[in-house]
This record gives sequence, structure tokens and C-alpha cells, in this order.
Amino acid sequence: MKRHGHSTHAATVLITSVLTTVAAGDMQAGEFSGYIGGQARVFFEDPLSPVQHNSYLSAVTEPEYTHQWDDGAQSFNAKLFYRVDQYDEQRTHGDIRELSWTGVYDNWELLAGISKVFWGVTETQHLVDIVNQTDLVENLDGEDKLGQPMIKASTEREWGTIDLFILPGFRERTFPGEEGRPRPNIVIDTEQDAIYDFSSGNDHIDLAARYFHYIDEWEFGLSFFSGTTREPTDFSPVGISAAGEAVVVPVYSLINQLGITSQAFFGDWTWKLEAINTEARSGVKKGINSVQAVAGFEYTLVGIADSNMDLGFVVEYHFSDKRIYENTIFDNDLATALRFVFNDVQSTEILAGLTTDADTQSIGSFIEASRRLGESWTLEAQVRTFHGTKENRPLYSFRFDNYAQLDLNYHF
Amino acid sequence: MNHKKIRSILFVSSLLLTPLLAHAETAEANAAERGMAIAVEADKRDTGFEDFTSNMIMELRNKQGDTSTRTIRLKTLEVTGDGDKSMSIFDKPADVKGTAFLTFSHAIKPDEQWLYLPALKRVKRINSKNKSGPFMGSEFAYEDLASQEVEKYTYKYIRDEKINTAEFPDGADTFVMERYPSYEHSGYTRQIAWINKDRYVAEKIEFYDRKNDLLKTLTSSGYKQYLGQYWRPNEMLMENHQTGKSTLLKWEDYNFKTGLTDSDFSRNSLKRAR
Repeated sequence: MKRHGHSTHAATVLITSVLTTVAAGDMQAGEFSGYIGGQARVFFEDPLSPVQHNSYLSAVTEPEYTHQWDDGAQSFNAKLFYRVDQYDEQRTHGDIRELSWTGVYDNWELLAGISKVFWGVTETQHLVDIVNQTDLVENLDGEDKLGQPMIKASTEREWGTIDLFILPGFRERTFPGEEGRPRPNIVIDTEQDAIYDFSSGNDHIDLAARYFHYIDEWEFGLSFFSGTTREPTDFSPVGISAAGEAVVVPVYSLINQLGITSQAFFGDWTWKLEAINTEARSGVKKGINSVQAVAGFEYTLVGIADSNMDLGFVVEYHFSDKRIYENTIFDNDLATALRFVFNDVQSTEILAGLTTDADTQSIGSFIEASRRLGESWTLEAQVRTFHGTKENRPLYSFRFDNYAQLDLNYHF
Repeated sequence: MNHKKIRSILFVSSLLLTPLLAHAETAEANAAERGMAIAVEADKRDTGFEDFTSNMIMELRNKQGDTSTRTIRLKTLEVTGDGDKSMSIFDKPADVKGTAFLTFSHAIKPDEQWLYLPALKRVKRINSKNKSGPFMGSEFAYEDLASQEVEKYTYKYIRDEKINTAEFPDGADTFVMERYPSYEHSGYTRQIAWINKDRYVAEKIEFYDRKNDLLKTLTSSGYKQYLGQYWRPNEMLMENHQTGKSTLLKWEDYNFKTGLTDSDFSRNSLKRAR
């Protein structure tokens, strides 16, 4: 077992070469954009831990710079991220979301640097999407991702699209700090070295590939990943906090993961499927295979009640045999949601839903609403609640963590 | 009245009506044929442009006169024997900057459409059945902005008419014809189009909703001819008569035959579009 690797040398080389390439290109004025904003998170009940708080303020910015040359065949993209949180030291964090060069040559697109890719089709969980690590401290929904160093080659042909990845430099998942909220009633310490249960540690160079194709109203993807798991396979206790909570560090293992995505369109119906088979290649679970899947549909009523509003029904069922990721909350759960798209000038949208655990009948609810204010501002509201969580289940520690969140951002 | 009498009345009536019906049918067929001929001619005259790019500024105006602006870059690739391919990239509002649509339009089968969400880096296939909805909160529906293939409608020529426009204050000679969307999920029962006889472009189009009430009027103005053949408007004003809202599309920087190819209209290029 090896604790924490050295600085990720390969990634450094990669970034340096990107910057050199860009400097060599004829630099014309690029384009700046991005946003800056504030967030308020308010909890309805007192916290489980005395070091947590009832409300949190934070400020965020995500500036972006993009520059194209060579008739658009080459481009440079940079996107930085920084959040300052009132109490949570782990949520006060920065990241290079993107710092990459892209070049297009005949049928091939090459990318080198830090970037992000998305794989997947479902709405309530992104199982197949594995290239980028989750920036979990940003949002519980797991849709925020950390920038991943990569070399990517992609070709799009008549017979489909192939993406090939070399992924040097593992990124550890972010978790809320001791004062952060919501969080489990253990402190996941990301300041200490994480545990890698294989010899190369975080110097391991991961590989990934994906094939995607569509035929008329049916699309499918097949992906393969070989490398360090993005979701910790375990947590290892390292001590007790001053407030008396267990302190743990995440354990990462090597895996091979095969993923499929499929989507089909029939009239107002969109059918979706994501499934993965994960094989642990190191650690105590070495040799174990695990299956997880999410499948469902989205049905859309267009222009309800003679208005411009669309109403979508999202239903997705989640399954996991929990043979590797034992703490997943999506093991036998049904997510149902309503999506209201107002199609108005302010692009108002509301997504409201429930995730019900078929075994324990515990329910998680969520509301996500967003709209534009004027030309440059956006307002987002989120409410998340947890009901009937059972004592021996992972969500039990969130039982007092119902909260509402408001985000106001200025876009430039 | 006995049965025999009824039958003979029916028989006589049918004798009388048959030629009338036949005449009406012929006239109907002629009107349909003539309408189709106009659409085919308009399509023929707009063939061979290969590709074009342009910038589009959308001004959304509500009943109170408040405005909101969107800027969109547009690329179109002509596809012979099928609908065109197009890509639209949003520059404004700032929160949707980099959002892009890729559309492969088809004459008969449903269009294929993908939406790129830059924040998530997600390319999402749009269920393209839903084309009657508004485009970005504007008075233009997706189907109004889609490539206008001949096969997307059936036609009926109605009359010739001289209409006054900003460009032709003394009147422009037009064909007036009705178009009936072939697409069963269209938001319209019919459209009435005023087609300029010289240029074979629409000066004005009225859109009738599913209840066959007048919903919107589109007025196109400032037509310019490019490469000595292709007419494009500088402005398109869509007025919604039922809500009092309107959207003005201003077109800038038309460029034809810029050398775009299929590879500029792919899912990968959608992700690269900025």
C-alpha cells in the first residue's frame, strides 16, 4: 500500500507543452467571459455536529479565456474556478477547470492539457461519466467536475465517433470540511494523504476510450476505463476529531470499468439507459465485479394548457449490487421528477423531484429553479430535503441537513 | 316519401353535382399544382449556395415595450437531396454564451438536433418532435427557423396581389399562397405567404394556430442579393397578434461559399464552437 504519490510530473509536462504551443501560435486577441457571484445556503434545523453552522455564505468566480487561430483549426481554452466559503475550509477552493490546446487535423481532433468531458444520457445520476473527478464540495448532485489532465484524440466518422484518452495525474474527490454542511457524520479528511491500495499511487496513468454512434432515433455509446476509481472504494479511519467524530481518509483502487449508454426517441418519449460493470484490480476487493445501472424515460408535454410551457416527466430507476461501492445511495431507488420549462424571455426552468429508496422507503426531495434577471444576471434556487432515513444507511447522517440555497451570478 | 323517390332525388342530385364537384376538384388540383410550382421555383433559385454564415441579432419585445437581446452566429451547409445542416452558436445573453445547436434538417423524416451545454460539456440530443415551441423565448418557433424544404408543406395558390412594403411603397407583385405543414406536430394549421414574383422570396407570412386563428405575422425586409443570385433579408419582424409581443431578427455579415464542409457540422465541432 502506498500513501500519496509525488507531484504529478506527467501533468506538469503536459501543461508546459500546452503553454509553449499556445505561445508559438500567432496570438490575436481572445475572448474573456465567465461569471462572478454569491451564494447563500440556509439549513432548517440545527446541525448534528457542534462545529457545523446553520447558514453559509460564499462567493465564486469562474473566468474563462478562449482564443482561436489557424482559421479556427486550433484553439486555446482556459477556465479557472475559485470559491470562498464563510466557514468550510475545504469548500474554499480553487481549480483549473480547463487549460488546453485543441487542434483539428483532417478527421482527427487532438486535445492536450486540462479539460473536461461528459459521457452519459440520464438526468438523476451520471454513472458512466468517469473521466473527470467530481467536485463534490461544490454540490451534492455531483455535476460539478474538477479539471483533468489529458491527451485526447477523437475522430468522427460515418461509422461513429471514437475518443481515446491518456489521463496522467489523478485528482482526488473533494469533500466538505469539518465545518461544512451537508456532510456525513464522519470527517473525510482530504488534507491528509489519501490511501492508494496499489503501488503506483496517484502517479498512475489512466486510460479511457469511448465509441459513440447513432442510427436515426437510436443512439448508443460503449466506453472503457482502466485506472484509478473516481469514487473512493472505502474510507480508512485515521483518528477522532476534537468534536468527537471519526476522521477518515478515502481509499482509491485500480479498476477496469465498462460502460454503456443508450437513448431512443419515440414521439414525445425519450428512453435512457446507463450501465457499468466495474472490476476491482487492487485492494481488498481485487477481482470483484460489480454492476450498476440507471434506466428510465423522459416524457414531454409541449405547450401545456395553451401556454408556451413544456412539462417533462422524468422517471429513472437506479440499481447497484453494492459489491464495490458499498455506500452508494442509489442501490434500489426510483427517481421521479417534473421539469417545467417556461420558454420565456428569462429562460425560467424548474426541476422538482423525489428519490425514493425501495428498501427503506426513505425519500430525498429536490427542487432546482433558475431564471435570468435582465441581460447579465441569473438567479438559481435549490431546496434539498431528506425524509425517513434509516439509522444504518448512508443518508442517515443528513437527517437534519434539509436546506435551501440561493445563487446570484453576474455573467460577463 | 317512399324509398324510390328518395333514391331518384339522390340520383338526380348526384348527376347535377358531379360536374360541379369535378370542376371544383380540378380547380383545387390546379391551385395545388400552381402553389407547388411556386415553391419548387423558389427552392430552385436558392439552390447552389453551398454554404453561408451570418450573424443574427434577436430583439425580443414584450407588450410593455421592454426589450431583451440575443446574438447568435449561424452557419448553414447546403445538402443536395436533403434538408440543410445548420449550427447556431449563442454569444448573448452572457449566461448562455457558447451554447450551440446543431440541426440536420430533413424533408420527410424528423430533423436531428443536438444541443451543446458548455457548463456541463454535455451534448444532448433534442427530441425533435417538439418544434412548435418558442426559440429562446422569442416569437419564432423552432419550425419557423428550420430549413424550409419544399416537402415540408403542401401548397395552394390563391391569387396575385400587389402589396405595399417598405422597399416597394408603390407595391410589389406577389403570389399569395397557402402552405399546409406536412408535419403532424406543427403548431400551425396553415400559413399564408406573399411571394415576391421577381425574387421568389416571402415578403410576408401569416401563421394560423391550431384553432386556425391568426397567430403571427412575419414581415421580411431589406432584401439584398448575394453572388448575383441569393436573396437574403436584413430584417425579419415577427409580430404575435395574440400576445402583443414581437421579435425583430437583424441579419448581419452574410458570407456565401466560405468553404464549410460536413466536418464543420459534427458533434465534435459543436463542442468546439465558441
